[in-house]
Amino acid sequence: MTPPQRRRRRPRERPPEPPAPPSPLAHPEGSEGEEGRDGPRNPERLYVLTGGGEDTDRAEVDLVTLVVARAAVPPPGIQPEQTALLRLCGTPLSVAEISAYLHLPFSVVTVLLTELLAAGLVRARAPIARQALPDRSLLEAVMHGLQKL
Amino acid sequence: MDFKSSDTVTGPRAGDHLPHTAQAAVKIVIVGGFGVGKTTMVGSVSEIRPLTTEETMTQAGIGVDDDYGAETKTATTVAMDFGRISLTDQLVLYLFGTPGQERFWFLWNGLFEGALGAVVLVDTRRLEAGFDVIGRLEERGVPFVVATNEFPDAPRYPVEDLRAALDLPEEIPIVRCDARRRASSRDTLMTLMRFLHSLAMTSTRS
Repeated sequence: MTPPQRRRRRPRERPPEPPAPPSPLAHPEGSEGEEGRDGPRNPERLYVLTGGGEDTDRAEVDLVTLVVARAAVPPPGIQPEQTALLRLCGTPLSVAEISAYLHLPFSVVTVLLTELLAAGLVRARAPIARQALPDRSLLEAVMHGLQKL
Repeated sequence: MDFKSSDTVTGPRAGDHLPHTAQAAVKIVIVGGFGVGKTTMVGSVSEIRPLTTEETMTQAGIGVDDDYGAETKTATTVAMDFGRISLTDQLVLYLFGTPGQERFWFLWNGLFEGALGAVVLVDTRRLEAGFDVIGRLEERGVPFVVATNEFPDAPRYPVEDLRAALDLPEEIPIVRCDARRRASSRDTLMTLMRFLHSLAMTSTRS
């Protein structure tokens, strides 16, 4: 039996700029014809939830950025979603886990976190990304950890 | 969006908390077509019950008067299952089982760019389902290994035939695995890590 045949591809000269992640923020009416910008089941709700600020810069948040709350008691006056987030993050938790436990899309969690970071209510521990020259000791630490499984 | 009040949010179970010493996380992406066993692999090695992060993609209706834009958009919810392995007190590994279609990859910022590497899971009954995924990783320069998830009724090609069919260079590992088995999934991840390590050695020397 002969398997089907693929043809190899080459790396692109320059990696393409990834398009902006979907944002529940701006353009709730899709007025500029953009795709994938609106929130899901209830765009207005997300618009309110995320403050609707078009010029709010979102923090550089990765799926595996670890988030820890800085205060044990959430301050009054913040949104219930943010209160829930702070309660979850008594111990370090990745953004992916926060998204899963709160049942909120990653992009919404990113916006909530941006505000909490700006207010100094959480601390974020940035992920270790693949570098042009990967850190061998990091790779070895991962291998050593996997071997113990 | 029905957000439950914070009192009803179910957080990590008692044993699922990371220690306060956790300082940094790395991620590996497991990518492959529908039904190839990505979630099975994540679940077999994860220390937590696999979780799901969702993102929503909306598309404007085609050929519909856009006065009613809000109603004519169709929302696609894309889900990604993931698991976690605490490697040390400080370092955590996350595994993401990712849909093979590239248009979904952008939903999660930096999913591949920040990953150590990828495992391409293929089903030898539908080998061609993995072609596009492999091509896109090559174009992006994401290091990857290929693992064939051995379903009982799947054809077993010799590795050389698979390498030729997938048009992969000699250095890219191709391994067999049983995604249901923890040891087999762990070995597949180790294969990826050894490959990444060899790449790091090569680039340091040159």
